[in-house]
Amino acid sequence: MSFVDPPQAALPDVVRPSSRVRATLSFLRHHPQAVVGAIILLAFVFIAIFGPYLAPYGEREQVGPLFGTPSSAHPLGLDDGGIDMLSLLIYGARVTLIVGFAGAVVAMLVGGTIGIVAGYFGGKIDNALMRMTDYFLVIPDLVLMIVIASIWGRSLRNIILIIGLIYWTFMARLIRSQVKVVRERAYVKRAQALGASHLRIIFKHVIPQIMPLLLAQTVLMVALAIFLETAISFLGLGDPSVTSWGKMIENAFSRSAISYGAWWAIVPPGIAVALVIMAFNMLGTAVEDSLNPRLKVSHLSRRHFRLRPLPDKEGRS
Amino acid sequence: MSETLLTIEDLVVQYRQGRKKVVKAVDGVSLTVAAGEFVALVGESGCGKTTTAQTAMRMVPATSGTIRYRDRDITNATQSEMRPIRRELQIIFQDPYESLDPRFRVKDIVAEPLEIHGLDNRDERVRAAMERAGLTPADLYLERYPHELSGGQRQRVSIAAALALEPTMLLADEPVSMLDVSVRAGILGLLNDLRTSGLGILMITHDLSTAAHFADRICVMYLGRIVEEGPAHEVIRNPQHPYTKALVSVVPQPDPEQSMQPEILQGETPNPADVPTGCRFHPRCPVATAACSSEDPPLRPAGSDGHRAACILV
Amino acid sequence: MSVLAVEDLHVWFELPDDKELHAVQGISFGLERGERMGLVGESGCGKTTAILAMMGLLPPNASAAGRILLDGEDILAGGDATMRPHRWNDIAMVFQGAMNAFDPVKTIGSQIQEPIETAGLAKGKAARARTAELLELVGISGERQDRFPHEFSGGMRQRAAIAMALACQPKVLLADEPTTALDVMVQAQILELLVRLTDELGLALIMVTHDLPLVSQICQRAAVMYAGHITELGTTTELYHRPLHPYTRMLFGATPDLLAQREVTSIPGAPPRLDQEITGCPFRPRCDSAIDACALSYPPTRTAEPGHSGACFVEAHA
Repeated sequence: MSFVDPPQAALPDVVRPSSRVRATLSFLRHHPQAVVGAIILLAFVFIAIFGPYLAPYGEREQVGPLFGTPSSAHPLGLDDGGIDMLSLLIYGARVTLIVGFAGAVVAMLVGGTIGIVAGYFGGKIDNALMRMTDYFLVIPDLVLMIVIASIWGRSLRNIILIIGLIYWTFMARLIRSQVKVVRERAYVKRAQALGASHLRIIFKHVIPQIMPLLLAQTVLMVALAIFLETAISFLGLGDPSVTSWGKMIENAFSRSAISYGAWWAIVPPGIAVALVIMAFNMLGTAVEDSLNPRLKVSHLSRRHFRLRPLPDKEGRS
Repeated sequence: MSETLLTIEDLVVQYRQGRKKVVKAVDGVSLTVAAGEFVALVGESGCGKTTTAQTAMRMVPATSGTIRYRDRDITNATQSEMRPIRRELQIIFQDPYESLDPRFRVKDIVAEPLEIHGLDNRDERVRAAMERAGLTPADLYLERYPHELSGGQRQRVSIAAALALEPTMLLADEPVSMLDVSVRAGILGLLNDLRTSGLGILMITHDLSTAAHFADRICVMYLGRIVEEGPAHEVIRNPQHPYTKALVSVVPQPDPEQSMQPEILQGETPNPADVPTGCRFHPRCPVATAACSSEDPPLRPAGSDGHRAACILV
Repeated sequence: MSVLAVEDLHVWFELPDDKELHAVQGISFGLERGERMGLVGESGCGKTTAILAMMGLLPPNASAAGRILLDGEDILAGGDATMRPHRWNDIAMVFQGAMNAFDPVKTIGSQIQEPIETAGLAKGKAARARTAELLELVGISGERQDRFPHEFSGGMRQRAAIAMALACQPKVLLADEPTTALDVMVQAQILELLVRLTDELGLALIMVTHDLPLVSQICQRAAVMYAGHITELGTTTELYHRPLHPYTRMLFGATPDLLAQREVTSIPGAPPRLDQEITGCPFRPRCDSAIDACALSYPPTRTAEPGHSGACFVEAHA
């Protein structure tokens, strides 16, 4: 009796190293919006890092009259203190991006941990954690923001914490449901049957499996965080000592830029915020799309199969 | 007589469904597996065969009864007390597509048990286990990912991982039901070879033909109970319990000229939350008598040596 | 005349990266009224694709060639336009896993009624009555049509799926692994039902399965598929007792029988990939009796006795 499969017949060639590159390329080809998003983001990240070298004027340097109109020296005009708008916009990129990223990371860490613990252990732990998540979810964001900002004080760190506190609930619920699926996989059961510790299973089997989802959601969350930062600053709850785009808009509003007709004090930071949020969204949804093939509806296409002539008998050996 | 490895006595596993209902998934099962023995636990879905095996692995808690491995009572063993037992008692899962982590290479999958149990010489042990599982030469497979392998090869990787700790017993839960017919015999033959080399094997299956071919003993389960057990050829050729008789009669034969007289039971297995009184099979039994609805028959000797059935008519 | 005849049917799938998968590579067979035929083979051999082609339900990235004759009329000739009028009306299908495909929030009855009303066969009360009739036909009391899928057992849902396929009184029923997820006893019930339906209604049945004993017991004839080809076609008795192709013989050899009279031996290796051209017989690398000629060209089909043919060089010499 022969029990051994000759392996050569069945094994495909190893094409791994190139296939990963190819997979990335094919992803980019099928999701052109991801490329656009990434380019916009890279540009902003570049500006955020090298801002002080790029800005033509200082962050607090008065270079002309209040609400000076755009000119060749100041393409975006001047603000209520006579400070160059373009320079402010460049300085603001750093704060805005830092707050966005840090807020999203806080949300990911808190929400991810709670989601993993709740989803993996299930039962009473899950119930308790999810109940807590629900409570957080029903507190109105705006109220929470105002209360915390007035209690803790207006600083960059506090804004980041507020953003994390508001958004971790989404993350926790999403991650929990994914972990619940992974937990039932046979390879997790197998590791349990082998006597593996919970920590080992979580780090070796669960987290790697949900990592792509976690990253995609974090990217999407950066967009939300930037939006929230703008809102917080606009309400005057931002850190007074730093420049962010939200704070620029707030400044312009409170110093009645509109009644001066100084549109240049409001529109550029608004566009910058919109661009960055759009870029993160493009990238995030593209990644999410490729992780979640169920979202595609190509099989609902109204196209039908095609006919073709019979192959040439001679051509086939 | 070789050493008895796994002993399950009067095992009951129940869980709550909703607030009041108590479902007895396993209701008084006793069985043993000795070294070098291949036992098949056969039954339809929901009969409790998988729960029995999972309880033996302590993946599901037992409600009552005892589980012993060699002479150690493991019924209520703690995780740390189970560790040495887990080295000896390994499980092979049904679905080779699901039971291997897609992000692990073959060598990491086979080495995982060694890592968990802190064993050295991993490289050598991994190779030895793979060759024992028929993955030869091991080099051809070490660096592969599961998705690069066929179903049969994946199941061999799963078996290699189980063999890495050099266990004394294997629990195989439907090891071939997800595989193509053409490779099933290879996997079952491999289990058979391992049995010959001294391992005890408990295979859970719904396929009587497979059990008939490879097992020494067959235990037939119905609604949480073993209703018949005995030497494989006896249970198949000379079934005593009406349920086993019906099951044997409906197994399709590959030879079309071997005409079948299927005795098709109507309806489906009742819900284990709602076990009939008396003999649990009597509502579907073609030969039930009035006494069957009140008397719950235990397993008793029927036919030849070691053959037992739970029916008042034997 | 055959109720359904397939002549030189090919199906290709377009793959990303400009590759193409030749899933069905020219299969031919005929099916009589009331006949039960098995289509067997390992996974990936093209059997499901073949019956999807007969239903005209290939996805948009597929292309087909050949002829599918229903009562002598080529229904493949005009693509979807000529297939559509016959789909469900003349050729119906029970999909793999159909029993798990019912909408959980609609009653079983309303889901069977829908195609009846869509096809314009009956409306309202009449459609309800027809639904009850169909359920009775498959052994479910007509009163149970107002139940929801979760109130049915797996076997009953499978019966309901068969009832649904019969809604428009088709001539040909295609069943893809109709008993795979079911227990042996329920499997026996469903097989009994399929046999009764073909006998009573004169329905022709094609049953796709990887389970040879199933086919042996309920089908008169079977086609064995490998790598997109029909390698052997004949009555089940011929296939079991006088196989013309080593693949048939080896498949039976890998199948355990209940009385354990024969040794079972697995077939080494795995089926080839169909996205690249294969020269010679595709089974050659796994075959236990291949000769030099097998590497050179695809073997011609040889008819050993009327209705029994196989495509193999070796057994042709034997």
